[in-house]
Amino acid sequence: MIKLASLSKHFGKTVVLDGIDLTIDQGEIVVIIGPSGTGKSTLLRCLNFLEQPTSGTMTVGDLTVDVNRASRTDILAMRRRTAFVFQNYALFANKTALQNVAERLLVVDKWPKEKALQRAREILDQIGLGDKADAYPASMSGGQQQRVGIGRAMAAGAEVILFDEPTSSLDPEWVEEVLGLMKQLASERQTMMVVTHEMSFARDVADRVIFIDGGRIVEQGPPSEIFHNPKDPRTKDFLKKILATNPV
Amino acid sequence: MDVLNVEYMLGLVPVLLKYLPLTLQLAGVGMVLALSLACLFAIVRVLRIPVLNQLTIVFISFFRGTPLLVQLFLFYYGLPQLVSALTVIDGVTATIMGLTMHFSAYMAESIRAAIVGVDRSQTEAALSIGMTNSQLMRRIVLPQATRVALPTLMNYFIDMIKATSLAFTLGVTELMGATQKEAAGSFLYFEAFIVAAVMYWIVVELLSKLQNYLEIRLNKAYSR
Repeated sequence: MIKLASLSKHFGKTVVLDGIDLTIDQGEIVVIIGPSGTGKSTLLRCLNFLEQPTSGTMTVGDLTVDVNRASRTDILAMRRRTAFVFQNYALFANKTALQNVAERLLVVDKWPKEKALQRAREILDQIGLGDKADAYPASMSGGQQQRVGIGRAMAAGAEVILFDEPTSSLDPEWVEEVLGLMKQLASERQTMMVVTHEMSFARDVADRVIFIDGGRIVEQGPPSEIFHNPKDPRTKDFLKKILATNPV
Repeated sequence: MDVLNVEYMLGLVPVLLKYLPLTLQLAGVGMVLALSLACLFAIVRVLRIPVLNQLTIVFISFFRGTPLLVQLFLFYYGLPQLVSALTVIDGVTATIMGLTMHFSAYMAESIRAAIVGVDRSQTEAALSIGMTNSQLMRRIVLPQATRVALPTLMNYFIDMIKATSLAFTLGVTELMGATQKEAAGSFLYFEAFIVAAVMYWIVVELLSKLQNYLEIRLNKAYSR
């Protein structure tokens, strides 16, 4: 379970997150939508402590952290519970697909080498890239790199996988294979928080859609409700614009 | 002009070869020490560690801004005058000190640039999976920076091998010093120094081959 209470993030005088309260159940698939620059990515990055939140508390699994009192140990523990999938894949350029997936098991979770590599091979098979184990990121397509990125996030069984616009950098031809893998994870009830502009994914896969604007949760609910019966004028406005370019 | 005395030159080869190990030793030890010091400086500069950062900046500025020969004379002739305990410093030690400090100043800057040049997303990805700062440096950033810095560092190594010839001004009989002595005895300066030059050249060429090999190996991960 994930619970955020009054989570805020300021960059200087700019308020990017303005007191977010949010509870997410284990196995829930949450899609976060909203205009650019409204704090969606920042929210995910705060959960992973890639950004230091300004105030609030965060609970992931059995760990609750007051962000202002978070020690180095808390930060590392929070990162271990939250896996991150980056928009630009961010695979380790000096490591093969297999090593990318195994890295966390080896270095952070201190698994023995053989066990870590075996687990990484299983994951590569699961994501359909068993034959790319020894390939370096530079020789893989964008879609393959992002699937390895997801494999890396799957590796240590984190409480939640955070997807930060995972298909936005991809050529259109690779989008489907990445969304397909995400659907597969969703069907296994892996808890996921997904920031995306792929409205069809939100409609088909999400348990809950959250609309964020101006650093606040404006509206949330099941996709059918948000897409067909949005209440807030800002949600209506946003959906009208985005559905014109990305029809569901 | 007389014809080259080839026989003398061939005879000189085994004589001078005996001094090549000292030349390589000066450069080898100098390189290992300079590289270690340069890594420390680079990390101090990247992390902007207070006080050490400022000291490093001054150190680098001085050792890049003054001639190596001046630095060697400072270490060999100057320091013992100030601190009498340092009269034990011999020419070899002074040369290694000079080479180390001089070249570490240059190498620190190229290592720093290589570290800073590693894409920020690599650091974020490493942090996101829960790595500590030293883990991410060791496993992700430094390996990628090495590839970028390697050609420049090898250039400095090559430069250092040639710079060891300055040691003869401190009375060290390495390749250059030995050549000088031989030439002064035979008056065949051209022949003697051509032999020495070719020896330096061959060593440097071998290193260039090593550099090519290392570059191909390190680039393996980054080619399509």
